[in-house]
Amino acid sequence: MQYEAPETTKAAVSLLAKAKGSAYVLAGGSDLLVRMKGGFIEPDLIVDIKRIKAMREVKKTASGFSIGAAVPCAELGENKALVKAWPGVVEAANLIGSKQVQGRCTISGNLCNAGPAADSVPAMVAAGAKAVIQGPKGKRTVPVEAIPVGPGKNSLKKGELVEAIVLPARKPKSGDAYLRFIPRTEMDIAVVSCGVNLTIDGKGVVTAARVALGAVAPTVLLVEAAAKAIIGSKLDDAALDKLGAAASAACRPIDDKRGTIEFRTKVAAVLAKRAAQIAYTRAGGK
Amino acid sequence: MAVIVSTTVNGDDVQFACEPDETLLDALRNRLGLTGAKEGCGTGDCGACSVTVDGRLVCSCLVLGVEAEGREIETVEGMADGATLHPLQTKFLEHAALQCGVCTPGFLIAAKALLEKNPDPSEEEIRFGLAGNLCRCTGYDKIVRAVQDAAKEMRGA
Repeated sequence: MQYEAPETTKAAVSLLAKAKGSAYVLAGGSDLLVRMKGGFIEPDLIVDIKRIKAMREVKKTASGFSIGAAVPCAELGENKALVKAWPGVVEAANLIGSKQVQGRCTISGNLCNAGPAADSVPAMVAAGAKAVIQGPKGKRTVPVEAIPVGPGKNSLKKGELVEAIVLPARKPKSGDAYLRFIPRTEMDIAVVSCGVNLTIDGKGVVTAARVALGAVAPTVLLVEAAAKAIIGSKLDDAALDKLGAAASAACRPIDDKRGTIEFRTKVAAVLAKRAAQIAYTRAGGK
Repeated sequence: MAVIVSTTVNGDDVQFACEPDETLLDALRNRLGLTGAKEGCGTGDCGACSVTVDGRLVCSCLVLGVEAEGREIETVEGMADGATLHPLQTKFLEHAALQCGVCTPGFLIAAKALLEKNPDPSEEEIRFGLAGNLCRCTGYDKIVRAVQDAAKEMRGA
């Protein structure tokens, strides 16, 4: 195995594009090293992106926040401006694994590994986050939901890597939240999860919303019907019930050791309602 | 082919040769003879291999040895000041916060990292903060008491 730690994105892309055998990007390594250890993969090349300075930064710009692909989740929780603007995204990132894992893992890695139960992904999808991709043909930007295409499979082409995740600039009176169900209190994988992001007007009426569900389909789902259920409402009980019904209706889960189809479908509604209420309160609604 | 890595471990400049796919945990234990960090699961679930890299708490089983180039690593071997134990170490002994001891170095490093960020944690904060460290002997209670007591002493209260 060859290990490379380039200092520029261009060099990283070049290494990945020219690789003859199996090549993997190393950010936090909390998935990659586990898969290597388990013998599931035998990389010929690992490209560590943590020496690329631009990928180690969280930048606040007029168009929002740009979170470099090598920024560990623990750093997101320490960034006060980011926590204030996107508390739901940060709480999702800080639910991944343990403090030790959070010291390494990244939201870009969480996205590219394409786990259906990835904690940070529903929150990013709800936030309307975009992934900035660099590759042999240059730069392209896609909505984050375009990256995972199935369990463990992503849409990146040979030589491509995610350089940063961009969260849009925050409109006034906006809030987001992420909730997951796990049978323990920490250190577990979501059985069902939900991210909600919304904006309200001066009267407390929801003017925009995005709702995403995790662990209830092969990929994280953006549920437009669930968002429509609360847009135009003050998040009254009737709107919340419609939201819950739309969330349940979108579920296409599997039965496995962590939860049944019936349980996941029901809990999706509960989490969607609760996450929406938290997001609403954070937006300043009452 | 082995790679030569220059790094700092517990304040000492060290060099070691390791394979590119070798973990930092294996490099610490087998190349540098620092056997405080233990391999429990090898997959980042148990925390027995906890160390800090540039001040950040991590599982050394999920870090490659080659990644340590130019970084600052702290392990349990660096916690005591000569013959004087760190307050956490003293309190772990006083409270009998260990039985077999395999998880102890990881708990000590993780608790130290926790108290550096939060010198006065609640019991809940301690339990959440140390959730990435598994102990199959103590039932955790004595560990939590030891960390609370050490925190109190370190605050000078």
